[in-house]
Amino acid sequence: MSEVPSALAHQFDDLEQQQESAGLGMWLFLLTEIMFFGGLFAGYTVYRVWYPDAFAAGSHELSINLGAFNTGVLIFSSLTMAMAVHAAQMGKRKQIILFLVLTLVLGCVFLGVKVVEYGGKGVFPGLIQAEHHLLPGAGFHFETQDPQFMNASPQHVQLFFSFYFAMTGMHAVHMIIGAGLLAWLIWAAYRHRFSPEYYTPVEMIGLYWHFVDIVWIFLFPLLYLLGRHG
Amino acid sequence: MAGQSQHHIVPLKIYFAVFAALLVGTAITVWAAFHDFGALNTVIALAIAGVKATLVILYFMHVKYSKPLIWTFVGAGILWLGILITLTASDYFSRPPGQSHAPAAVAAPHAP
Repeated sequence: MSEVPSALAHQFDDLEQQQESAGLGMWLFLLTEIMFFGGLFAGYTVYRVWYPDAFAAGSHELSINLGAFNTGVLIFSSLTMAMAVHAAQMGKRKQIILFLVLTLVLGCVFLGVKVVEYGGKGVFPGLIQAEHHLLPGAGFHFETQDPQFMNASPQHVQLFFSFYFAMTGMHAVHMIIGAGLLAWLIWAAYRHRFSPEYYTPVEMIGLYWHFVDIVWIFLFPLLYLLGRHG
Repeated sequence: MAGQSQHHIVPLKIYFAVFAALLVGTAITVWAAFHDFGALNTVIALAIAGVKATLVILYFMHVKYSKPLIWTFVGAGILWLGILITLTASDYFSRPPGQSHAPAAVAAPHAP
């Protein structure tokens, strides 16, 4: 008789039903997240249509290199997360740990780039030298010599940056939570908690991580790629 | 058995193909942003983002290999997001730009 306690909770008939229930629960949560970010995207849509010049001017202040680099980093982290789930299905403990650690490292790289980006805009005064003061509030200051953005009202550019910081900020909060979840997952994998019969937490946290990646997939073009031509 | 997403192991080369497609899509999006396609710029950006999101959902999140109930949940999320954006847009874009509520003269009640 095996001494290892079964992963099956008493309210479920079998492991398959348990895993399916977990999946439905996680997807239901992701639906609430879709509506949460959706509200921000809807607000962004209204003001971008109303003030296109200001939004293009604001977007132009962002570093396309850092934004594109971060997009690549998150896409790569989704791959390593999928590889971690794959390793869990195959019962390869060391690979699970390796790919989860890689995912966590990539997530931290993403957050590090965001610190640099935010710092340059004056979010961490005293810690990081601001190149431009673009944090909405009393210290907000926007000016441009670029003729294509001369018509942009600074008030509306500040609105763009309200959306920029709200949307990327909430995204970053989700990344930090994801990093915490990954850290727990790495510890649990190290402690032999997962097997081909039971790896539900790996898959569920994977769903969360992929969702956060999808949010960024939409954030990047909408925030970083306006007004880049002409 | 139908719907056993946890026992379906996706071949690694599919993961690599999706990864490559995501990177290519990103490159195309950035390239297109530097060229003036007029109103199409937004369409291109959203279309590519939509394709990338679909690939992540179907393959990385295993929805392609999941039971119809999961598909229903995913579809419901997209449907409600669509309602949110469509109804909000139809409200705001039927007004002059910048006007988020009715002018005071219209909102005041009629005199007795």
